Amino acid sequence: MPADGGIGAPTKRREDVRFLKGTGRYTDDLNRPGQAYVFFLRSNVAHGRLKSVDTSAAAAMPGVVRVFTGADFEGVGGIPCGWQITDKHGEVMQEPAHPVLAQGKVRHVGDPIAAVVADSLEAARDAAEAIEADIEELPAVVDMKAALQDGSPKVHDDLTSNLCYDWGFVEENKAAVDEAFANAAHVTTLELVNNRLIANPMEPRVAIGDFDQAGGNSTLYTTSQNPHVIRLLMGAFVLGIPEHKLRVVAPDVGGGFGSKIFHYAEEAFCTFAAKALNRPVKWTASRSEAFMSDAHGRDHVTTIELALDGDNNFTALRTETHANMGAYLSTFAPSVPTWLHGTLMAGNYKTPLIYVNVKAVFTNTVPVDAYRGAGRPEASYQLERVVDKAARELGVDPIALRRQNFVTEFPYATPVAVEYDTGDYVATMDKLEEMIDISGFEARLAESKKRGKLRGLGVNCYIEACGIAPSNLVGQLGARAGLYESATVRVNATGGIVVMTGSHSHGQGHETSFPQVVAEMIGIDASMVEIEHGDTANAPMGMGTYGSRSIAVGGSAMVRATEKIIAKAKKIAAHLLEASEADIELKDGQFSVAGTDKSVAWGDVTLAAYVPHNYPLEEVEPGLEETAFYDPNNFTFPSGAYACEVEVDPETGKVTIESFAAADDFGNVINPMIVDGQVHGGIAQGIGQALLEACVYDEDGQLLTGSYMDYAMPRADDLPFYAVDHSCQTPCTHNPLGVKGCGEAGAIGSPPAVVNAVVDALQRAGKTNVTHIDMPLSPSRVWAAMNQ
Amino acid sequence: MTQVKMTVNGKSVSGEVEGRTLLSTFIRDTLGLTGTHVGCDTAQCGACTLHVNGKSVKSCNMFALEADGADVATIEGMADADGTLNTIQQAFQDHHGLQCGFCTPGMVMTAAALLKENPSPSEAEIRAYLSGNLCRCTGYHNIVKAIMAASGQDVGQIAAE
Repeated sequence: MPADGGIGAPTKRREDVRFLKGTGRYTDDLNRPGQAYVFFLRSNVAHGRLKSVDTSAAAAMPGVVRVFTGADFEGVGGIPCGWQITDKHGEVMQEPAHPVLAQGKVRHVGDPIAAVVADSLEAARDAAEAIEADIEELPAVVDMKAALQDGSPKVHDDLTSNLCYDWGFVEENKAAVDEAFANAAHVTTLELVNNRLIANPMEPRVAIGDFDQAGGNSTLYTTSQNPHVIRLLMGAFVLGIPEHKLRVVAPDVGGGFGSKIFHYAEEAFCTFAAKALNRPVKWTASRSEAFMSDAHGRDHVTTIELALDGDNNFTALRTETHANMGAYLSTFAPSVPTWLHGTLMAGNYKTPLIYVNVKAVFTNTVPVDAYRGAGRPEASYQLERVVDKAARELGVDPIALRRQNFVTEFPYATPVAVEYDTGDYVATMDKLEEMIDISGFEARLAESKKRGKLRGLGVNCYIEACGIAPSNLVGQLGARAGLYESATVRVNATGGIVVMTGSHSHGQGHETSFPQVVAEMIGIDASMVEIEHGDTANAPMGMGTYGSRSIAVGGSAMVRATEKIIAKAKKIAAHLLEASEADIELKDGQFSVAGTDKSVAWGDVTLAAYVPHNYPLEEVEPGLEETAFYDPNNFTFPSGAYACEVEVDPETGKVTIESFAAADDFGNVINPMIVDGQVHGGIAQGIGQALLEACVYDEDGQLLTGSYMDYAMPRADDLPFYAVDHSCQTPCTHNPLGVKGCGEAGAIGSPPAVVNAVVDALQRAGKTNVTHIDMPLSPSRVWAAMNQ
Repeated sequence: MTQVKMTVNGKSVSGEVEGRTLLSTFIRDTLGLTGTHVGCDTAQCGACTLHVNGKSVKSCNMFALEADGADVATIEGMADADGTLNTIQQAFQDHHGLQCGFCTPGMVMTAAALLKENPSPSEAEIRAYLSGNLCRCTGYHNIVKAIMAASGQDVGQIAAE
């Protein structure tokens, strides 16, 4: 291993130094010479007909450059959706237009009506108040089931209804599933809500459009998890700018959690306006604006049924889910409740028959799309809740019931289209039990009781599909893009290396962990390797960072490119050593001839590549730079077992997390310190969902949780220290590093553990009629459940 | 527009501001000290925390004019003169107390104020003191641990890194 850390070392993060000194460069820290500022006038009603927008007074205000409305975008494309679902009848989903600025109607609070560009933000904001938008307010629809009723207000007049699609999976299995239910010894049913959330990265979104008139080139600086994807979507579908005339830069980005995957109207606006005005245009979201314009997450209403035979084996699973799409289809929205949710319903269990139905619904709310885990937390939550409820109904130990039904042989083909390559669910459960001291629970319960508190223990498993995804497969499933990754490895004459990757780090630490891999492969110090990301001018293409894919897909591309570098370097070394290429070995940064003491150093070879005086010019070109594209041939399947212990105050209903333990299997691990941190953050977001967070609309479509005054983010004093372990490792069989990805696991695995624990506490206290409480388990909800 | 003067990280600075100009805006836009971040508009997230006359303040919740004549310290002034990370900053790196880095300047400034008031805080005291600073990445585990370590406490017994 390199002295400063190769694969498996807890190398400290190099990017921390600039962040800790306040010298990070986030998008809002950038300013372009002569830039103007845009302020968006947004709809304050959820649904209305836009009769007129009078901008004349605003345009005459001091400092105002120009006021844009929907009419300015009539010749421009709309914001595209990147995934098309085919429903259970073989019909494609209903796909509404999504203009950059509202045209004809406003469809959610926050829908942009007009944009004021001015010399200062203050001038733009002042002028926006002078715009007169005449909106005929229409009845709004927020509730998904109401939206599907005849006579419901229609979000889009040109669609047949508010139903985006009605998806059945696997439709051919439905009859067999129904038959298994008819023959079941026991059926457990649960209705539940997966609460609507807002991702809330701490950095609000920012976009700066810039236009170089001399060259005719546009540049967009944006807070994105995937600048190449934004270049593709905005360039090809909205503004008609070819890739070679459009550069997208995502510099330091302050967290994403999914919400910065998508192409947003504000990005297209700033790029468009910069060209129209020949002047840079900057937009910085306020947090209030973020709440009503960032894509939201989750928002599923589900009925799940589990069938068991007389020996408590799971025989079938059936679910029906309503999934909120919001007012428009965000970039990946249709894929979340379908292919990222239905395919996960087998979980860790060998249930032979599964049928999943999902009705995706338009409502007068902000678009809903992927948020950390995206579909997989929704799958894991309902499955692990219904298994827990079944154990309680059958009077069996919930851990034993899970163990009895575990998949134990791999590869395992599920009845929901995916094949798990590796896993060891027994091992992670064993590890979890070792971590949580179950035998000591009764004593802890008694101690809580002494203080007048209830105590409960919740356990669950999870599996996720990540390392997204094989392009040929997702193409068949409706994706309108490939999901490979690229990397270019540029070796300089003196041996230093720059890796340009399409993966993007917005907190994941790629600048530290990616060099660990390259350094290990070559046997040089990691400090000789630099990572460049977040700029379409560098890596040739990039699908970006989401779905826990960076190391599994982006890392694999980097490995493949580095392998090409090593192969070429060996040819050069063979020439320098006057030996056969087949005899050249690379170890610790030295190329040597097998069985001899002849060797040349890494730096000698790289220098020869650029100063080719003594060089095999007939066989290889000078220079040392290679590019690879890596397209995975399967998803990866991290898995684990989580446990949560809670105390409940019976007087107030307040839940306190007493301990939280996570035993994960991520396959091989590059930097265990970073992996631990990813799991901590995921758990915190999962506990946030379970206990605190909810995005709430009233029946008129007003967003009641429009700021941090109303939306309860987890704070330091809401959370404990977590015990995390990833020593159970079943390496992925189909990528070169054997890695599975760890970014979403915590958020997927933790909500059911918390809810299972609270129900357990109430059951132990004799509240046997409480079998479920919907998230978030706020004091009022828990108290009401206890006192119903 | 009104002239405002203050000392920031030991240097005298001045600029023209409107009555409504926030201290955070003055620090970021007029002085170009972009380490102070703005993460919300309701003084809830703490990313903009800096010190005014030795006390930690959310700079989005104070007008620039209110800081006229004040002694202000920002994240850019926290490292040692030679650029070496100070004890708190180093502990954050050692214990992986940051991920995306956006909340980090506010966290470091709040931690510095805490340790000045309470040189050896308990876990509960740290969590309570940090409750005005939001972090969405770390789940706070490693931030709390880093602050305990910066105060010289043994953190070897705390679950995992």
